[in-house]
Amino acid sequence: MSTLPLLKVNDVSKFYGSRIGCRNVSFELYAGEVLAIVGESGSGKTTLLSCLSTRLMPTSGIVEYHMRDGQYRDLARMGESERRFLMRTDWGFVHQNPADGLRMTVSAGANVGERLMAVGDRHYGNIRATASDWLERVEIGVDRIDDQPRAFSGGMRQRLQIARNLVTSPRLVFMDEPTGGLDVSVQARLLDLVRGLVHDLGLAAVIVTHDLAVARLLSHRMMVMKDGAVIEQGLTDRVLDDPREPYTQLLVSSILQV
Amino acid sequence: MNDLATYNFAYLDEQTKRMIRRAILKAIAIPGYQVPFASREMPMPYGWGTGGVQVTASILGPEDVLKVIDQGADDTTNAVSIRAFFQKVANVAVTTRTKEATIIQTRHRIPEEKLSEGQTLVYQVPIPEPLRFLEPRETETRKMHALEEYGLMHVKLYEDIARNGHIATTYAYPVKVEGRYVMDPSPTPKFDNPKMHMSEALQLFGAGREKRIYAVPPYTDVVSLDFDDHPFEIQSFDKPCALCGAEDVYLDEVILDDKGGRMFVCSDTDHCEDRRACGHAGHMLARKEAAE
Repeated sequence: MSTLPLLKVNDVSKFYGSRIGCRNVSFELYAGEVLAIVGESGSGKTTLLSCLSTRLMPTSGIVEYHMRDGQYRDLARMGESERRFLMRTDWGFVHQNPADGLRMTVSAGANVGERLMAVGDRHYGNIRATASDWLERVEIGVDRIDDQPRAFSGGMRQRLQIARNLVTSPRLVFMDEPTGGLDVSVQARLLDLVRGLVHDLGLAAVIVTHDLAVARLLSHRMMVMKDGAVIEQGLTDRVLDDPREPYTQLLVSSILQV
Repeated sequence: MNDLATYNFAYLDEQTKRMIRRAILKAIAIPGYQVPFASREMPMPYGWGTGGVQVTASILGPEDVLKVIDQGADDTTNAVSIRAFFQKVANVAVTTRTKEATIIQTRHRIPEEKLSEGQTLVYQVPIPEPLRFLEPRETETRKMHALEEYGLMHVKLYEDIARNGHIATTYAYPVKVEGRYVMDPSPTPKFDNPKMHMSEALQLFGAGREKRIYAVPPYTDVVSLDFDDHPFEIQSFDKPCALCGAEDVYLDEVILDDKGGRMFVCSDTDHCEDRRACGHAGHMLARKEAAE
């Protein structure tokens, strides 16, 4: 296992005109590590995630990624072709709304197989076998392989989206509110699944969530954001059990105890 | 010259022809690449071959011999009216014989007879973008062409196999041109795809409504996309042509009566007539003559 960080984020800021998206964020992410970014709506979580995943260009600051060849590359300076290739091979992006990340008009099997075909797999039998295998791993019946995601429930769609992203064995996955819009029992199953996959595959993940329970279950480390800035970061258990900043204390104390 | 207003030779004005020729030259220089052009209003509705007519008008010279086919036939409405149009506005010689033509404008077929050097085939194209049905955004499809991201094309073929057990796309079957651009060969049956490969004739594609021109220069690699375990195959027919007995040609089904009677005949009428003139006869032709 390499001891060099997978992702190096240095002083990243994003301004929308005079409005602040996020500012002066720095951190490092290591292979196999799960980082949760929490905070209330409008605190800059999603903007930060977009800057990290090259969906947005930061106004200032550098995001560097440790490529498979061992080199660090500044994502902003990478060519578009290379960046898109990276995004569909070594990375994954799980959207809050599965319809944004799936092709709703093609079958589940083709959704999972798309990345394989994009990197040059031209054997139908192999693609289908891999797709079946992944559907099983995310607990979708193999008999549903030819159904379109339109016919799937919200939880199944989200699991399909995860399978679609993981099929090329990425090293880094970004997740934007992966459990948003799902009811609690489905959330619990999904979290269980994601935790298992992250552990088995040694994935690094950056998870944006406003749900502290999700952060507690999935992440090793967490960052708390407010008004575009990171106000507290540390090991998840430490931050949740012993919050130091007044805002974090408020956030933790506002979890509903049942 | 008389004083009456007249059309310019071949209908389009010279500036428009110049603009279209520039697009054609660019298209030939980058095989399979869709070149945008300022498509003009033509005296016919979109979908009737406005793109093909503009390309033909731009390359037509007084010495050319024009053939126009629609679904392989020289005598269908679209073919007849476009042929009459160019007779009127360019006064060029027209023919139905593939061999004699220098320019062949076509809708949905490539002639059965092998084309030779010096001939130009002009296709009428309704939707030039092969990725359109999977990716509706033009900005995105252009980017995918630019970055050579063609995985999506195979997603379509995958869907075909998953639903039907084989690649069920029978027309507008996507091809890769010169190892680079994925191209829609217009709605020709996939039966004609192999004829595009290393063709001696120049192939030009005009899409009037979508305002795109693309081309396959002579002697260019044209490969139909497929899977290793589901290779590309052309249609095959059980019987030969009922009139001329030709095998290995594309056949049309013709309903004969309301009792289930039907016959299969060459879709390329010129090819069929040619063969009959040479003495070939299918089983229906023999019967017809016997009845007479």
